[in-house]
Formats: sequence, C-alpha cells, structure tokens
Amino acid sequence: MAAQHCAGSAPGIDTGAVYSKDKRPVDTSCFFGTRKYQRDDMKKFIETLVEEHGGRASELLQILIKVQARWHHVPRDCIEQLAEQLHIPRTRVISVVEFYTFLHAQPRGEYEILISDSITDRMLGKPQLMDFLAAKLQVQVGAVRQDGLVSLDNTSCTGMCDQGPAGLINGRAVTALDTRKVVAIAELIASKVPVEEWSGDFFLVHDNIRKAGLLLGDTIGNGVALHSAFARGLDETLRELDISGLRGRGGAGFKTALKWRFAKQEQDSERFVVCNADEGEPGTFKDRVLLNSHAHELFEGMTLCAAIIGAKQGFLYLRGEYQYLYEPLQQVLQQRRQSGLLGGNIAGQDVTFDIEIHVGAGAYICGEESALIESLEGKCGIPRNRPPYPVSQGYLGKPTVVNNVETFVAAAKVAVHGGDWFAARGTEQSKGSKILSISGDCRHPGIYEYNFGVSVAGILDDCGADDVFGVQIGGPSGTFIGNAEFDRKLAFEDLATGGSFIVFDNSRNVLDIVQNFTDFFAHESCGFCTPCRVGTALLKKQFDKIQQGHGSAGDLLELERLGRLIKTTSHCGLGQTAANPILTTLQRYPELYQRQLKKISFEPGFDLDGSLETARKLSRRNDPAAHLTQGGE
Amino acid sequence: MSKTISIDGRQVEFVDGQTIMEAAAAAGVYIPHLCHHPDFTPHGSCKLCTVKVNGRNCSACTFPAQEGQEVLNETDELREDRRMITQMLFVEGNHFCPSCEKSGNCQLQAVAYYLQMLDDHFPLFFASRELDASHPEVMIDHDRCIFCTLCVRASHLDGKEVFAISGRGINKHLIVNSPSGKLQDSALEAGDRAVDICPTGAILRKGIGYRVPIGKRIFDLKKIDAVSLAEQGGAHGE
Repeated sequence: MAAQHCAGSAPGIDTGAVYSKDKRPVDTSCFFGTRKYQRDDMKKFIETLVEEHGGRASELLQILIKVQARWHHVPRDCIEQLAEQLHIPRTRVISVVEFYTFLHAQPRGEYEILISDSITDRMLGKPQLMDFLAAKLQVQVGAVRQDGLVSLDNTSCTGMCDQGPAGLINGRAVTALDTRKVVAIAELIASKVPVEEWSGDFFLVHDNIRKAGLLLGDTIGNGVALHSAFARGLDETLRELDISGLRGRGGAGFKTALKWRFAKQEQDSERFVVCNADEGEPGTFKDRVLLNSHAHELFEGMTLCAAIIGAKQGFLYLRGEYQYLYEPLQQVLQQRRQSGLLGGNIAGQDVTFDIEIHVGAGAYICGEESALIESLEGKCGIPRNRPPYPVSQGYLGKPTVVNNVETFVAAAKVAVHGGDWFAARGTEQSKGSKILSISGDCRHPGIYEYNFGVSVAGILDDCGADDVFGVQIGGPSGTFIGNAEFDRKLAFEDLATGGSFIVFDNSRNVLDIVQNFTDFFAHESCGFCTPCRVGTALLKKQFDKIQQGHGSAGDLLELERLGRLIKTTSHCGLGQTAANPILTTLQRYPELYQRQLKKISFEPGFDLDGSLETARKLSRRNDPAAHLTQGGE
Repeated sequence: MSKTISIDGRQVEFVDGQTIMEAAAAAGVYIPHLCHHPDFTPHGSCKLCTVKVNGRNCSACTFPAQEGQEVLNETDELREDRRMITQMLFVEGNHFCPSCEKSGNCQLQAVAYYLQMLDDHFPLFFASRELDASHPEVMIDHDRCIFCTLCVRASHLDGKEVFAISGRGINKHLIVNSPSGKLQDSALEAGDRAVDICPTGAILRKGIGYRVPIGKRIFDLKKIDAVSLAEQGGAHGE
C-alpha cells in the first residue's frame, strides 16, 4: 500500500501518512528521506504553530485544524513533531485526528469539497446535484481524484438548511448550489484558481430573519447590558435573571440563573464561561444568524456571566462549519477590547475578562457540554461521566458555565430590561421567546422568533407551509409530529426544542427521512459506550433491512426493542435520542413500516442468494437451480 | 451512624466518596461489569453495570453512593438489558470462544454465561481487524478488543502510555504508542500491569498458552459473581 502511494503521488501532495478513519498504520519508510526539503519546511511550520499556541497541549485541536488546512491532511511527520513539542503521547495526536471528521491522516484533495447531507439539503435536490458534481469533477463520492486536485464527500448538516443545497469547499461555506454554480466551480478548480479568489457569490449567507421578537426585535447598544448590571448591582442582576425564568436555549432547559449561581458558589478561585456555538443539530441555524448579526450581545451576555460568577477567561466554541464567521467574530472581540468592554477594567469596573474562539472540526457530539469541554481541552469529544457537572468541574477541572448562544443573548437583554420584561411573555414553565430555524417544505424558510406557547399550526401558517404531512421538532433528536397534532404548543411543557423545525409535505416518504436521521446518529456516535457505539450501527442495519423490503413482522419488534435499549442505557443525550426518529414514527405510522414487510415470519439479516455467489463461481453454474428463490410473498 | 443505600431491598453501608459499585463490592453484592476494575479510575463505558437508582438508569461504577438511594440491580429488565449489551460486544468483534486461549479465564465469556446469553442474537459485523504478534512476549488479537480501556489505564499507571483508543463510533480501535504502530516498537515489557489486565483475550502473554487446562480455569470453577474483582482482573493463563 505504501509503495502504491509513493508511485502515484501527485506534486505537492504528501502521501506519507497512511492512517485512515478505520485502518491501522502501515509502513511509511518509502516517504521518509525522499522529501527532506518539505520535511524541514513542515518542521518550521509546526514549531511556529506550537509557539503561537503557547506550547499548550490543550491547543492540539486548534493546531491540527491549521495543519489540515495547510497540507490537506495531517502528515505522519507532523504527528510525531506535535507529540514531541506538546509533550504528549503520539497516540493522543492520532486519536484526535481520527475522531474529528474534518481532520484526515490521508491526503484529501487540494480542493476539498464536502456536501451537506442533511434531510433539508436532500429535499432541495442534493442527491442529483451530488451526482452532477461527481461527474463534472470526475471524482467519486468519498474519494480523492487520481491527480490529488479534488476530493468529494458527504458531511453532516452544515447549518444552511434555509439556503441549501449547501456545502464546504476547503472549509468555506457555500450555499444555494445549483448546476450553474457547479459548472463554474468545476471550471475554477480545473484552472486551479485559489478558493480565496473565487467570487463572493458562492459564499453568500443570508440571515433570512422572517419574524423578530424579544431578542431579534431590538439591538441593545454595546456595553448597555454591562452598565445596567453594574448600576443595578451584580447580585441584583442575577436575581433579575432568576425572575426572568430564562432556561437554557440549547434544548435541555436548565435554569440559567441557577447554573450561574452554582458556579459562583464553588470554592475554586478560577472559573470559566463557555459559549456553545456548536450548532450541529440538523435543521438548526439560528445561532449562525445570532453570531453573524448579534455577536456584540452574545459577548455582552458572556461578559455579564463572567462578572457575576467571577470568571476571567471565556471561550466561544464555534462549530467548524461556521469557520467563515471566525474572522468577523474576532473583529467584534477586538472592537470590544478597544471600547473597554473586554480585557481589564471592563466598563470602568474591577472586572477582567477576555474571550478566545475555539473552532470545532466536524463532530456533532461536541454540542454535548462535557464533550465540548473535552474538545476545548484539545481532546476527542467524548462526554464525561456526571457527576461532577461542569458547573463544579468543567474546563481544566474548574467551575465552568456552558450556555447556548441564544441563552447569553437573552441574558444580556434581561440585564437591560429586567426579569419581568422577559417573564411577561411565554408560558408558566417556559418564559420569554424562542428563536426557530424553519426549513423544509415551506415558502419562506428562515429565522422566526415566537413567544413560547405558540402552536405548530400558527407557525406553519406564517412560514407558508401547505399540504403538510408532519414536522420534525427539535431536529433528529427531537420528535416527529403528524398533522393531527398541529394544535400542540412549543414549550418545555409540551414540545421542547432547541429550535430546529423541519416541515414535510405529503409528497415526502417518512421512512426516507427516518433513514437519513438514523444514518446521521450512527455516523456521529462517539463510540464511547456500548449501547450507542454498537446499537446505532445495529439500528441502521435493522432499519435498512426493513426499508429495503427484507423485513418480517419480528423485525419490527426487534427494531423497537433495540431502540428502547439504546434510549435507556446510553451514556449521553446522543445515544438517548438516537432512536427517537424510529420510535416516534413507529408509534404514529406503524402501517408505513408494516407495508415494507414480507408476509413471512422470519427473514435472515443477509441476502441468502447473494451468499451463494461464491459457490456458483466455483461450480461454474448459473442455472435457475443454482439460485435460491426467496419466496413467501 | 454509617450511611446506607438499598440494593434490591438489602441495606448496604457505604462511606462518602464511594461509588455504588464500590459499596456493592464491599458488601459482596455482584453487579455485572467489564470496563471496571477496582485499581483504576472508573470509566463507565461498557454499561453492563447499569442499575436503576431511584428509578433512573445509572452506571454503578461511576455513580456516587448517596444516603437513602434505592438501587435495583437484579431485575428481569436489567438482566435483559445487560444480556443485549453483552450480545452487542460479541457481534461487534470476532469472539470464537472454542478457539480462544482465554476461554475459561475470560470475563466477557463469564459474564455472558452469568447472564444466560445463549446466542449472539444480533447480526455479526465480521469486523476485519489485524493481529499484532510482533512483540516477543505479548500479542494483541484486535478481534477480541471491547474498548474497555483497562490496558490504556493500566499502561498509564505503568508510566508508559502504550495503549490508546482511537477512531469514532463503530470504527473505534485500539492503537499502540510506537513509531510503527506495532507492539514490538513500544515500551511495553512483560512485567507491565497492562499485559495481564485485559478482560478478554485481546492482549495475551505468549509462551504460557494452555498451561492451565481448559476445565480448570477461573470461571470453569466458579461463576463470575463468586470471583472477587481483584481475582478477575488478574485472570490469565498462569
């Protein structure tokens, strides 16, 4: 294998690394020594990077993202150098490379194209577009073209569901892809025009704010929330937050004031504030809009939290798909430092706080707060055992508040307008508003902000959805509701949601949707615990068997039994919700599943006739008697 | 006054800081497990030790014991869940007990017997995994690895970090800390704790195969619930 790589290597493409996501290393000797110049170059690059990142092992992921961008993979030499310079075992570097989907041990194309495989992108014509793209670029999906110039693959939802089909080209978000754009892209690649020089049209991202409410309706001036909080008193402001009834907007709904108070009460002198901007739930893109147009309020909310709990350092964990927001966000941070709203003596008070941006690298699991903290520490995003909870032992084992983007924005508004202003809206247990990301079969996909308690029917009217079959509330990990349930309300009391709202009309096949979601969870499982690691893969097999028409009555029972086990015994929220698409649709539409079944009591899990192929080849027979007719229908 | 929790209705004493697993073990109550070993930091990944604490599923090996907890351990539902989890581990790798040197000393096999697992139930993955027999004294049969990380934790205590788990989801695999990725180029030595810690037959000591004949091995003589945690961890062919 190594020899082949060397023989076929393209100029500028280092083929030395021979790890892949599921293979162990093989001999690399043919690479070493043949490219001494490049190795020296690489060594300097790594040394500079490590220095820029303070030589801290917790920066490993951030460093690897830059290595990947520079060489389109993480070469074996880099792994060795990083291990040495960061004083960590090489296995730690390898495991991080193999964990995050945007990092590769084997070279990807100089132009690395990833197309979002979210159900919403599919509904907008992604499958046909992918075929067209593959044909135009003469590359297979999942592969690197022979000359090393381009690679093409699927990726999980990139958060552009309101303007898909979307994707990433060398990490930059591209939207509203069509055949015209694909032709243009193929030409740009053929003439090797660097992505930085492509027309901005490819990378246009619209906010699409369709309905503004409490949060999106007005913008508070920079520093106003902090000045209000200092004027009122920090303890009093925390009480206002308590009065507001604000609960975490990521979906879990923990009371924000309580979380901040717990962190404040911890004995440790060092504390951290973390904003979870790893918006990975398919169909969710509201944080993208907040980060783009309400970043000051987000940072204001984080700074407020820091002042209240006594933190000096904050982190914004930005999902890798939103890399294009990194520079604009850095500029906002810089402006705030210059205005005295970050750094020392914030707003003239004895408060010191600053914010660093960390970028993810393609791992849905990092949206789970303890996995996010692991990732911030430069490790694989594997959820921790709880207790202890992050409020007592989070980043580097110190008390840490992790909140969603929307939560911090809401907290900043509460500091200005007071708790009653917020609590006057919404329902008993769900105060205030919720920002929804609406996509799928509707005329006006985009961002809608409603007071909690709004009915599904009302939302469907607003977004221009007709002939609706059902809605996926809260993304794949949430609930599928059918058109008999549209009087249900969005609130923690009824339908809790992180904001994803995907509309399906009557032309859609529920099982196709469920299959997409089930594949997603199997792909995103971190693999830490048995029920989720093996269970999500088994669930995919079992569902596919039924979907492909090989299932029998017993298979449905098995599907449900397996789903229940994964739900009740998995380590974290990913596993606990991975079977939801199956369980919630099986409960509502058993007839759709039953229609797929064969009318016999047992079907094996594999193709019996296909398994006889070897025997047919050996006996050089292909007559009807050498085939097994799988009857029963 | 000592503090107590109830496990299946039986009062079990504990001291602050103990997990449910530790309290249970001290009282002689067996909770099935594979990734747990009393000498190492609890991991909580295999999920075999799932118990119901006040109505909610928790991993006994990581969950702290707290005054008045009602813990359910030996219920039909939990036994069924644990059996399915064990079956998952069997189909994920390639476990052929009759041809495995660890048979009779293997915790995975012993737990399966304890849970009355009679078949694999789930479709096999037929994972394609390599064997590493490069080291003169120790071999790794990756087919049998269940990602419990006991070798990772043991090697950490050995001060060597020879092992790590890499990859994601169903593509998880054990990797070795050496320039070639092979065991022979690692710092592993025969005297290391990591050599004998594997609960399955994934890491085996060479040269001692079948020294103890089949039929006279640890779990041939006693069911796993009657073997102490410390004994189980040291279960190898010696």
